[in-house]
Amino acid sequence: MKKLLVAAIFILMATVLIHNSLVFALEGQIGIHDPSTVIFCNGKYYTYGTGGTSLVSDDGWTWRQGARLPRRGLAPDVIHIGDRYFLYIAANSGPTKADIYLLTNKTLDPNSPDYKWEEGGVVASSDGVEDCNAIDPGVFLDPKTKRLWLTYGSYFGYIRLLELDPKTGKRLNPNERPRNIAINSEASIMIYHDGWYYLLVTHGSCCRGADSGYNIRVGRAKKIAGPFLDNMGVDMIQGGGKLFVGSSGRVIGPGHFGLFDLGDGVQRFSLHYEADLDRGGASVLDIRPLLWKDGWPVAGENLKGGEYQIESLRTGTALELAVEGFPVGGRPVRRGPPPGGPGGNAGAPGGGGIFAGIGKSIPTQDVAEVSTKWPAGNIDVRMGNYMCQAQQKWTIEPVANAGGYLGSPYFKITIAGTNRTLAATESGELVVLPAFNGGPEQLWRFDQLADGSWRIMPKAIPNTKDPLVLSAVGSSFATLAKFDPKGEKQRWLLKTP
Amino acid sequence: MNSRLIKHFTFVAAVTVSALLALAAALDTAAQIPASTLTKPAAPDKPPNTDGFIQRWLLLEPIGANGLTDSAVQAAVKKEYFPDQFTVIPHDGDKATVGGAELTWHAVDTLNYNVNLFHFARAQGKKTSDVLFWAVTIINCPREMRDVRLAIGSNAASVWWVNGKEVISIYGDRQTVIDDGVSKRLTLNKGPNIVRAAIVNGGGATDFCARFLDAEDKPLKEITVSIGEVRRAP
Repeated sequence: MKKLLVAAIFILMATVLIHNSLVFALEGQIGIHDPSTVIFCNGKYYTYGTGGTSLVSDDGWTWRQGARLPRRGLAPDVIHIGDRYFLYIAANSGPTKADIYLLTNKTLDPNSPDYKWEEGGVVASSDGVEDCNAIDPGVFLDPKTKRLWLTYGSYFGYIRLLELDPKTGKRLNPNERPRNIAINSEASIMIYHDGWYYLLVTHGSCCRGADSGYNIRVGRAKKIAGPFLDNMGVDMIQGGGKLFVGSSGRVIGPGHFGLFDLGDGVQRFSLHYEADLDRGGASVLDIRPLLWKDGWPVAGENLKGGEYQIESLRTGTALELAVEGFPVGGRPVRRGPPPGGPGGNAGAPGGGGIFAGIGKSIPTQDVAEVSTKWPAGNIDVRMGNYMCQAQQKWTIEPVANAGGYLGSPYFKITIAGTNRTLAATESGELVVLPAFNGGPEQLWRFDQLADGSWRIMPKAIPNTKDPLVLSAVGSSFATLAKFDPKGEKQRWLLKTP
Repeated sequence: MNSRLIKHFTFVAAVTVSALLALAAALDTAAQIPASTLTKPAAPDKPPNTDGFIQRWLLLEPIGANGLTDSAVQAAVKKEYFPDQFTVIPHDGDKATVGGAELTWHAVDTLNYNVNLFHFARAQGKKTSDVLFWAVTIINCPREMRDVRLAIGSNAASVWWVNGKEVISIYGDRQTVIDDGVSKRLTLNKGPNIVRAAIVNGGGATDFCARFLDAEDKPLKEITVSIGEVRRAP
């Protein structure tokens, strides 16, 4: 029983976890294994892990260790229904003999006078003989029927589904046999999207650091009891599962999916990596955008700093400083007639003519040179056809110690190679300031939307609390406006120039 | 090539170029053809059309202008052509003398969402390429309207003022696209508001369209459009 062995080891690891701003994952103390679905309570985000550990965050970006659970079991999951939080956590007493316990609380905030975990008893078990190991609970409230469900199980046999009472969190029909819906996987959990139930599970092995083969897979069904088929039509009860996210970059062994729905079509998922190579191979929490394509969930990636072209999905035009652009390489000088015309040379390569170019590589436009013609003070922004010009290239980079939001730090947006900074104005418009000074109106949040485009939002707008986002207005101008999830005005593509 | 041959060649080339220039000029200042899309206003006020487009304008016959870059257009529209050009509220038939030439203001209603300046200039027998058009209209509001936006499209570049403040400028050789240029949020006064535009064309067709959008980006239709005199607020 791998997880039982690992729990004690992990508790030790969690105490030495690493703190700092690196490439992936989050900021602060983010060591955790088998995290529960991240949940929001009283202005804070919480997640619980194997060993009864927990992490808490004020903004979803910087995390710290939280209060321990009264039970130090395996791979908890938590849901908020009505005025109660239902937390399910497993304990093994033999290789496949296990129980899943219910804990309830009115709040997750240990500083609240209402904070008190209460035992709710066992909701699922495995007897050590049957083909199931009752660990890794995943709780799911069906948004269609409002019925509450629990999936659970591990490598030893079936992933099972049983119904819970949404009023108490306890098992609804103790005498009804759980249904088998998948096999030989871990960390099962269900979500609902656009008429389909999706069962996400983790395949591969856990708990071996950078040698862990954990990867998250998914199948879908029209009915909650399945059959859950993958994209090739293979039933998950026969080992099927479309890859949702595997190892990549410097992080190995993603597992334990949990959905966090921000509303307006913006979704995130929580998970852990068995090993973050930049954090010494420790198991860490991450929160990433959840995208959808052709009816299947897709793991998005949080924005990385870099140089980008910011293109409106609404108009196809690119955000630019409102200054006169100059053609890359200078204004063209006509050198004769077109090839094939009178006096032309039929377009022989390098043979001159107006289509022949200058015969050598044209360097990237030097912002230091062209920006000497730009006004020194504030400059408006507008949108235009992207022409590879300096006023159309933006550097987007995370700002240290400026806080963040669920899964990401705040970013500043500057004209590449300059300090000229995009900012929100008190009239709900946009301006480019001569330099960045750290003001909240100069900090930007990037939420990747289900289609892969981005919603871009200032941390604050002077004199308003309305959550306005970067929006196209007409074809050639941008403003700040309320987000319309059904429209394209507030969707932006970030392209590498 | 001997010198006689060179002279002959030069003569032929000169004749050819002259002919081409004459043809181009003839095409650019074609015979006066009535503007099929424009009519004379018949009533004092006119509401915007069903999509909110302003269809009543005073247009000045075109002034020669070159260049569509930001700086060229700004220089062209900021140049003083006639007295009070940024404040005048002309009447149909008023004259303005520009560079020694007498130009006339014409009141027009367009039958379409856009104002076809090519039709307008051609009907006067004027140039349609490398020209600047001044356009003025008066928007009458039943009440103060906040957080509205002027939304325009133009072929080609254009600069726009509302109540004397520059609110939109778009540059380059572009065609008219509805809501291409949109101002920042602005306030329309109760009563009359002056909308003024300068449209600079390079070559070919030239036109513009304009409407106001409300805070929800819906066309503003509570207004009426008049020309020639500023009416007092109701």
